[in-house]
Amino acid sequence: MNGALEKSHAMQLGDIRRAPMAATDDYVLSVENLNLFYGGAQALNDISIKIPRNRVTAFIGPSGCGKSTLLRCFNRMNDLVDICRIDGRILIDRKNIFDKDVNVALLRRRVGMVFQKPNPFPKSIYENVAYGLRIMGVNEKSTLDDAVEKALRGAALWDEVKDRLGESGMGLSGGQQQRLVIARAVALEPEVLLLDEPSSALDPIASAKIEELVYEMKEKYTIVIVTHNMQQAARISDYTAFMYMGDLIEFGDTDSIFITPKEQRTSDYITGRFG
Amino acid sequence: MRNWFKGGEPWIWMTAGAVALSLIAVYAVVWMTAARGLVHWWPIQVAETIFTAADGSKTRLIGEVRDREEVSILRLRESGYRIDTTDKFTTRYLIKQGNRDITGTDFKWYPAPMLGEFTYPKDMIAVERREWGHFYGHLKAVKENGRIVAEGPAAWNAMRDRLNRSNALFSEILGIEKHEIGKLNYELERLRLNQRKLELQNRLDDAAKRDFDARLAAVNAQFGALQARLDALRAQIGRDSFVAEVMDGQQVEISLAKVADAIMPNDMNVFGKIGHYLSKFVEFIVDDPREANTEGGIFPAIFGTVMMVLLMSAMVTPLGIMAAVYMREYAKQGPLIRIIRISVNNLAGVPSIVYGVFGLGFFVYFLGHNIDVLFFAESLPAPVFGSPGILWASLTLAILTLPVVIVSTEEGLSRVPRSIREGSLALGATKAETLWRTVLPMASPAMMTGLILAVARAAGEVAPLMLVGVVKLAPSLPLDGNFPFLHLERKFMHLGFHIYDVGFQSPNVEAARPLVYATALLLVVIIVVLNLFAIRLRNRLRERIRGLEGV
Repeated sequence: MNGALEKSHAMQLGDIRRAPMAATDDYVLSVENLNLFYGGAQALNDISIKIPRNRVTAFIGPSGCGKSTLLRCFNRMNDLVDICRIDGRILIDRKNIFDKDVNVALLRRRVGMVFQKPNPFPKSIYENVAYGLRIMGVNEKSTLDDAVEKALRGAALWDEVKDRLGESGMGLSGGQQQRLVIARAVALEPEVLLLDEPSSALDPIASAKIEELVYEMKEKYTIVIVTHNMQQAARISDYTAFMYMGDLIEFGDTDSIFITPKEQRTSDYITGRFG
Repeated sequence: MRNWFKGGEPWIWMTAGAVALSLIAVYAVVWMTAARGLVHWWPIQVAETIFTAADGSKTRLIGEVRDREEVSILRLRESGYRIDTTDKFTTRYLIKQGNRDITGTDFKWYPAPMLGEFTYPKDMIAVERREWGHFYGHLKAVKENGRIVAEGPAAWNAMRDRLNRSNALFSEILGIEKHEIGKLNYELERLRLNQRKLELQNRLDDAAKRDFDARLAAVNAQFGALQARLDALRAQIGRDSFVAEVMDGQQVEISLAKVADAIMPNDMNVFGKIGHYLSKFVEFIVDDPREANTEGGIFPAIFGTVMMVLLMSAMVTPLGIMAAVYMREYAKQGPLIRIIRISVNNLAGVPSIVYGVFGLGFFVYFLGHNIDVLFFAESLPAPVFGSPGILWASLTLAILTLPVVIVSTEEGLSRVPRSIREGSLALGATKAETLWRTVLPMASPAMMTGLILAVARAAGEVAPLMLVGVVKLAPSLPLDGNFPFLHLERKFMHLGFHIYDVGFQSPNVEAARPLVYATALLLVVIIVVLNLFAIRLRNRLRERIRGLEGV
C-alpha cells in the first residue's frame, strides 16, 4: 500500500520533471510511461516523451543506455525479440501502437526505419527502392518508376545511380548503400523516419552526406535519430533527448541541452566526463 | 630439422599429398572405366591359326585375340599339353571364337606354344547376330531364296546391300510390334479393365456389353490386319542368306534375318573402323538391349535412371525446403526442434537398403495396395501400384535424400543475415512476404547445393532400387505414347542395376565385361551432366545475389 503510493508519487514527479519542453504542440509520437524488459532485466524505465512533427529529434547517451531499444519500440521492431516485454503506451494519432488491432505492417509503413549497417537487399537498385511498394501491391510500371525516381532524388542518390538502376544494390559504396536504404524507406512516404546510428558504419564524407540529407528531409518527415556522436546530434537535431541506464534524463531543444543542461549527468556526458 | 617441422613445411607437403592422392583416385576411376569400356566397339582383326590339342590332333582356330596372360608351363603340362622348352612361363591367349551354336563357348584360353602362326585372311567376316552371339567365318556365297546370287570376292558387296534391306525390314517389323501392336494390346487391356469396372459397379447391362464387344471386334480386326502385314514382312526378311566356312571346315548357312550387323575387320581401313565404332557407340546409347543385356544398347536404362532422378528431385525439393523453412523460420528453437534436427542428420547415415525395405513395406505393399483397392479394383488381383515401380522408387530415394536437402537448406537460411530480414520487416513486409521475397531467394543457392548432393546420391544408389522398382529388363518405358503417357506404376531399368546384372548375372560374363565398364562410364557421365546442370543453375542464382558474403 505504502509502496504503491510512493511509486505513484514518483511517477507524478517524473512526469513533471520529464515533461517535454518542446516549443511546438504538434506531436507525432507520444510515449507514455513505457517500461521494457528483456526477460527479467528492465531496459527502459518509465519513459515518457513526445516527438515533435517535422523536426529532427536526437537520442544520445552512452552505449547500452536504451536509446536504440526505445527507437525500435516506435515501429515495434522489438516484437521480433521473443523475450521482450513492454508495458506503457506509444500513441500515434491518439492510437496506441501496442493495441491488439494494430496492423504492424501498416505501422511500419508509417514509421520507416534505417539501420546502423546498410542492409540493401540482394536485388537491383530499382527493386530495392520498389520493394515496399511492391509489397503494398503496387505493380504498375509507371507508378513504380515515378516513385523510385522520387525516392532516390529524396535520398540524394538519383544522380549517382540513374544510369544503373538495374545493377545490384550490393555493388554501391557504403554511403550510397545507406542512402539507398533511406530511399527505400522514403519510397513509402512515411510520417516518421527512425534512423538508428545511420552513419556510424560510414566514413566521414559519406557521413556528412547523410547529415545533409537528414537536414533536408525534415521538411517532409519527422526524424528520430539515434547517435553516439554528440557533434552530429548538435549539428542536425532540433531536439535532443539524453538517456542513461534506461532512463530518460533530459529532453529539450538541442541548444539548451548542449549549452545549459539542467541535469548534472547530461552536462557530464556532454562535456565528456563519462560515456 | 626441428625448424623444418616448426616452419609448417611438412604440413604443406602432407595436405598437398592428400589432394594429389584424391586427384589420382578420381582420375583412376574415370581412366579405367573409359579405357576398358570405350575400346569395346573398336573392330578387332579376326585371326586364323592352327591349334594342336593335348591329344596331338590339329584343328583350325578362328577368332579375336581378346586377352593374354602369363601361365606356368608346369600347369599346362599337368593338363596334358606336351611342350618342349626349359622356360618356366609362357603366355596364353583368350580367344573369342564366337559361333556359340557350333563351338559351345564364346571365349576360350589357348596356350601360345600350341598355336601356329596367326594369319588375318581378308575374306573373314565378323557377324553380329540377333541371337547366339558373334559369328566368324570365311564368306563364301550369298543366296536369295536358296539360289546363289554372288560368290567369292563379289559376295561381300552383295551381302552388305542385302543386309541393309533386311535391317530396314527388321526395324519395320520391330516398329509394328513395339508401337502398333503394343498400342492395341494396351487398348485391349483398357477395354477389359473398363468392362470389369462396370461389372464391379453392377452397371454392365446388355447395351454396354454390346458396345464392348463391338469395340473388341474393331481392335481385333486391326490386330488381324497388322498380323497379316507382319507375316508378309517376315516372309520377305527371310529371303536372303549367306554361306560361310567356319573353323572346323563346315559350310554354314545363316539367314540375314538373324543378322544385326556384319563387317570384314581384316579388310577395313582406319576410317572404316572409326565409322563402325561410332555407329556401334550410338547404337549402344539409343538401342534396346539384346541377348540378356549383353548386346545392343542401354537406352531404357539411361532413360529410367534420368527419369527416376528427375522424379526424385521433383519430390524431394519442395518437401525438404518446406521442412527446413519450418524448422529454421517458424519453429521455436527449443529442445524438441534440436532433437528433430539431430534425427534428420542421423537419417542421412542410415544404409540405403533400409530405405529399400521401408519403401517395399510401406509404399509398395501398404500404400500401393490400398491405392489399388480404392482406385484400381477392376484390375485386381493383378497389382497396379501395389507392385514395385518408378513412382515408389523415386519416392524411396526422395526419402533417402531428404536429410541432405533439409540440412543444406537450413544452412542457407541461417546464413541470411538478420539485418536483411529486419530491413524487409521494417518496410512493412510480413514474415511470409519477407520469406518469399528476400530470404528464400537468398537461400536458393544452398537449396541447389542440397539438390546437387541429393542427385549425386540418388543416381548412384542401386540397393534400395532392387526392392522397389528396378528390373533386369523392362518391356516398356515409363513414358510412352499411350494415354496417360506417364506410367508411374511401371517397372524400369537403371544403369546401376544394369552394371550389376550384366557383370554378375549374365550368362556370358566374358562378352559382357567391357559393357560393364562402358555402362559404368556412362553412369558417371550422366551423374556429372546432371550435376553440372544443377551447378550451372546454382551459379546463376549466386550471380544474382552476388556480393552478399560479408554483409
